[in-house]
Amino acid sequence: MSERTKLVVAVDPTIFANYRELLRAQASSRVRTFLLAAALLALVVIGFWHLDISLWRVITGFSELGRLVVLMFPPTPGSWANALLYLHSLAETVAIAFLGTLLAAVLAFPLGLLAARNVVPARIVQFMTRRSLDTVRGVDTLIWALIWINVVGLGPFAGVLAIMTSDIGTFGKLFSEAIEASDKKPVEGITAAGGNRLQQIHFGILPQVLPVILSQILYFFESNTRSATIIGIVGAGGIGMHLVEQIRTFEWDRVAFLILLILAAVAIIDWLSSSLRHAIIGKSAAAA
Amino acid sequence: MTSATDAVTPHLALPRLPEHQLAPLTAAYARANAARRRSTIYFFAALILATIVASGVAEIDLAKLFANLGRFTNYIGRLFYLDSGLPVWSDPAEWFWGWKKWLLLLADTLLIAYLGTVLGFAGAFFLCFLASANLNTNAWSRGLVRRFLEFCRTVPELVFALIFVVAFGLGPLPGVLALAIHTAGALGKLYSEVVENIDMKPVEGVLAAGATWWQTVHMAVVPQVLSNFASYGLLRFEVNVRGAAVMGFVGAGGIGQELIENIRKFYYSDVSAVLLLIIATVMIIDIGTERLRHYLIGQGSRT
Repeated sequence: MSERTKLVVAVDPTIFANYRELLRAQASSRVRTFLLAAALLALVVIGFWHLDISLWRVITGFSELGRLVVLMFPPTPGSWANALLYLHSLAETVAIAFLGTLLAAVLAFPLGLLAARNVVPARIVQFMTRRSLDTVRGVDTLIWALIWINVVGLGPFAGVLAIMTSDIGTFGKLFSEAIEASDKKPVEGITAAGGNRLQQIHFGILPQVLPVILSQILYFFESNTRSATIIGIVGAGGIGMHLVEQIRTFEWDRVAFLILLILAAVAIIDWLSSSLRHAIIGKSAAAA
Repeated sequence: MTSATDAVTPHLALPRLPEHQLAPLTAAYARANAARRRSTIYFFAALILATIVASGVAEIDLAKLFANLGRFTNYIGRLFYLDSGLPVWSDPAEWFWGWKKWLLLLADTLLIAYLGTVLGFAGAFFLCFLASANLNTNAWSRGLVRRFLEFCRTVPELVFALIFVVAFGLGPLPGVLALAIHTAGALGKLYSEVVENIDMKPVEGVLAAGATWWQTVHMAVVPQVLSNFASYGLLRFEVNVRGAAVMGFVGAGGIGQELIENIRKFYYSDVSAVLLLIIATVMIIDIGTERLRHYLIGQGSRT
């Protein structure tokens, strides 16, 4: 530190004259940053005030939470029968995620084609498809689950349909973007060789987009496993049903066991799907 | 005349490989094709098998679905009719009769999402430097922080909300905390990836000038990553608005409470009105944050 203070810079007025403009710009950008931070912070304060969140409630809540966490150890299913029940509903959860993703992918593919600019030249078809996909996507999976429960009753089937419905919206959008990003030269080649519209899609577009689409589907299978764990909260099957029940009856050691079970299942599926994804991407890279 | 025929059917003029050279090539091609076809068949067989097993586990009942499919279209249709039997657009005032209450609840929802994002951002910001391999060389503490972030983002936010509702009582506070924890986990991972991709030269320069670890982060790392951080934070805000809209399902504040009550009590036109408000809000937020993100990314690449 003392070494640094010995450095003496000769003040040259011409340097300051040259850099005044720059310094002023820097100062004004600093003021702007400060104002932005102040505004964001003010909104935080307003939020706490408006939502009626007091420090006292936070403190008492955290001490209560600490008590619950202590009660969670050691995690236990309660009995062997319970453990089997939980494992079965875990399998149900994975099945819901798997079937929901698969059905959504199958149904969304034609919609993705309809919403792609380079496949359907009619702008109105594309526009209508896109807006309906947006609307479907805007409604949460849990809400779709509530609607499907009215149709097929409580249970995992409603969960499958709910995940399917909300994913059709997302997949349709992602697929159409992948299709629009595809290279049009293979399609032109097929056209030049006399291929019709269907053959253009089959041989020109599909080979390009299939690896992308497959890896997106796998990614959504992962995230749907997480959605499927909570869909039981509204009664649409899976492990969420037990989780809600145990939380409402304050069986905290069982809650901890269920959470650990979910974590393990999600970790296994993440690992499985990411290795599959790498295999697919590797294959397409080798082919290209 | 003969030359004209040649021009029309040029493939006749193509040279053909002698048979002893052609045979191994075509055989290899057929083998490669067969191998590909075999792996495709295996893939589909496995997929079909998994589908059958999963359908059994998930109690798929297509007969029930098709028998009751009318109820689905009926339900969607009913959403657009008022209690009086008139279509909703004939009397918008009646349709949106509760707009004052709903807009207040929507404001609550947005504030929950905002507070959750800000608190989660703060958590992610302080943890991400400890989780990146280039700034924290201690494998133990790095692993610990990473496992913690993983835990935060793997447990669904509604599960956190359910537990927090018991600890903190009903209201927006458990919703805010649940979103904050999930956001910290998700952003912490993304942020540590951004930090691991920075240019290390400024870090070396600042370290050589004798800076402490925190000074290094402040002077050499933060200026490089801030625009990316803000962009990911905005993206997370979008996600959190959707998340906050259903927090009320478990009693954690916002418009979700109103929505689930309307659904459970079969107030059809109210359901459609609230859903429409949520969808419109989500779309507006999406468009707004997208603009902001493009602006931020543009600025990040310019400096």
